[in-house]
Amino acid sequence: MNILAIIGHVVISFLASTGALAIFAGKGIYHAVTPPLYFRIIGQQMMRIGYYSLPVVGLTAFFTGGALALQIYVGGSRFNAESIVPTIVVLGITRELGPVLGGLMVAGRVAAAIAAEIGTMRVTEQIDALSTLSTNPFKYLVGPRLVAATATMPILVLIGDLIGVMGGYVVSITRLDLNGAAYMKNTIDFLETQDVVSGLAKAAVFGFIIALMGTFHGYRSKGGAQGVGAATTNAVVTASVLILAANYLLTEVFFSS
Amino acid sequence: MTDHPMLSLQNVHKRFGKKVVLDGFDLDVKKGESVVIIGGSGTGKSVSLKCVLGLLKPDAGTILVDGEDVTHAKGKQREKSLRKFGMLFQGAALFDSLTVWENVGFGLMQGFNMPKDQAREIAIEKLRRVGLGKDVADLNPSELSGGMQKRVGLARAIATEPDIIFFDEPTTGLDPIMADVINDLIRECVKELGATALSITHDMASVRKIADDVAMLYQGKIIWKGPVDTIDHCGNPFVEQFIHGKAEGPISVDVSV
Ligand SMILES: Nc1ncnc2c1ncn2[C@@H]1O[C@H](COP(=O)(O)OP(=O)(O)OP(=O)(O)O)[C@@H](O)[C@H]1O
Ligand SMILES: [Mg+2]
Repeated sequence: MNILAIIGHVVISFLASTGALAIFAGKGIYHAVTPPLYFRIIGQQMMRIGYYSLPVVGLTAFFTGGALALQIYVGGSRFNAESIVPTIVVLGITRELGPVLGGLMVAGRVAAAIAAEIGTMRVTEQIDALSTLSTNPFKYLVGPRLVAATATMPILVLIGDLIGVMGGYVVSITRLDLNGAAYMKNTIDFLETQDVVSGLAKAAVFGFIIALMGTFHGYRSKGGAQGVGAATTNAVVTASVLILAANYLLTEVFFSS
Repeated sequence: MTDHPMLSLQNVHKRFGKKVVLDGFDLDVKKGESVVIIGGSGTGKSVSLKCVLGLLKPDAGTILVDGEDVTHAKGKQREKSLRKFGMLFQGAALFDSLTVWENVGFGLMQGFNMPKDQAREIAIEKLRRVGLGKDVADLNPSELSGGMQKRVGLARAIATEPDIIFFDEPTTGLDPIMADVINDLIRECVKELGATALSITHDMASVRKIADDVAMLYQGKIIWKGPVDTIDHCGNPFVEQFIHGKAEGPISVDVSV
């Protein structure tokens, strides 16, 4: 095939899916905020997304905090380690690593689960059945997941932040022989509300991305088990890439403000 | 304008990619009438039902429901039109995240805001009508056999007592006795509730029992339509080959691969 034709084909299909995604997101948001709202399903989804992700997010945060403490210590700040280690750990975790790593871990778990569930509903005609039973699938399936993920991620990341700081603390006093009380004091003294808030804002955006990618790919899946499998993979990959891209953009925004 | 048909498909065209499925499909169904569509596997019978419900978009043609043009209906108008319908999907399409009775009561609770215990009562009554006892009400659909799932799908389709009911192969996968019970039930829906029924079936016994009129779909068109008692002497070679299940005749089945 002609190389120009190939490029043209790729560009067109990219634009088409971007457009489809934008329309899907618009519809999803519209139905997420207009009544009737399915609070029971939102609650159920928050439980699934948040509660069951706690172990993986907690473990990720703990080990990251610990590793961070070691790295900073090694990085030549042995002399004022007492103040440098806790500050960098807490800033690194709250502003960047907590939301990003938490987001990526949850993307792997939740975007995949959402895509698989909705994809299966699509290929078994359950989504068609919903509309024949006076229920808008966007309202019933997409909206609640968007709301739940957007609301849950900040909570999850906040807990992750605490655990991450604890990881740094544990490693610092056991491995680096730093003073525990001084560590805590420095952590709190240097931390500003803005650090935590910017991280939680990122988390909310990442939560939205995760649910959007899961529902979008699930909703469009076709062709049986194979199609659902492809949707699941695509959901995780696109969610992860978009999280990293959005993280950069948001960091830019917070950085300049 | 009182004698307009309840359902009217006019010159409907639908294709998937290069594959033409419906090619000028015409069908009228009068109020309170039971019409059965027969035709070979893969000829577009299910597709025609989905076009009426708006689950698939016809490429051309007009679809009238109770005199109202719903061909391009969206949003509220589509929702309003769908309230008149009940649909039994070929693959049952039960919600696997809900119990059996919640499936059956779904339309009542979602569409008509019926309280839970009242919906449950009706659901159990509808289950009884399709030969399923109280004991299955709290099971998950995946715990049922294929034929039982089909009957739950049927109970769900009639639960809201809709004006128009579509039955996509209501008796496939059922034993002959249960099939007859279901045939009687469909007849009752039409006679007692005054519903309009459009069914698809390959089961000639079922055709003779539930149909007022029979329509035969072949190569995207309705090639014959007439009262069920004339079907044996209709003089149409396609219909005759089909109802007698003969491999030889004007309909050739391509089995060479
Ligand atoms: N969503 C879809 N995408 C692509 N092709 C489709 C789709 N739905 C149906 N088709 C095609 O349309 C044709 C008609 O399908 P349909 O399900 O209406 O057949 P049917 O008459 O109901 O057959 P059966 O009696 O086996 O159920 C088939 O060839 C099928 O491959
Ligand atoms: Mg079919």
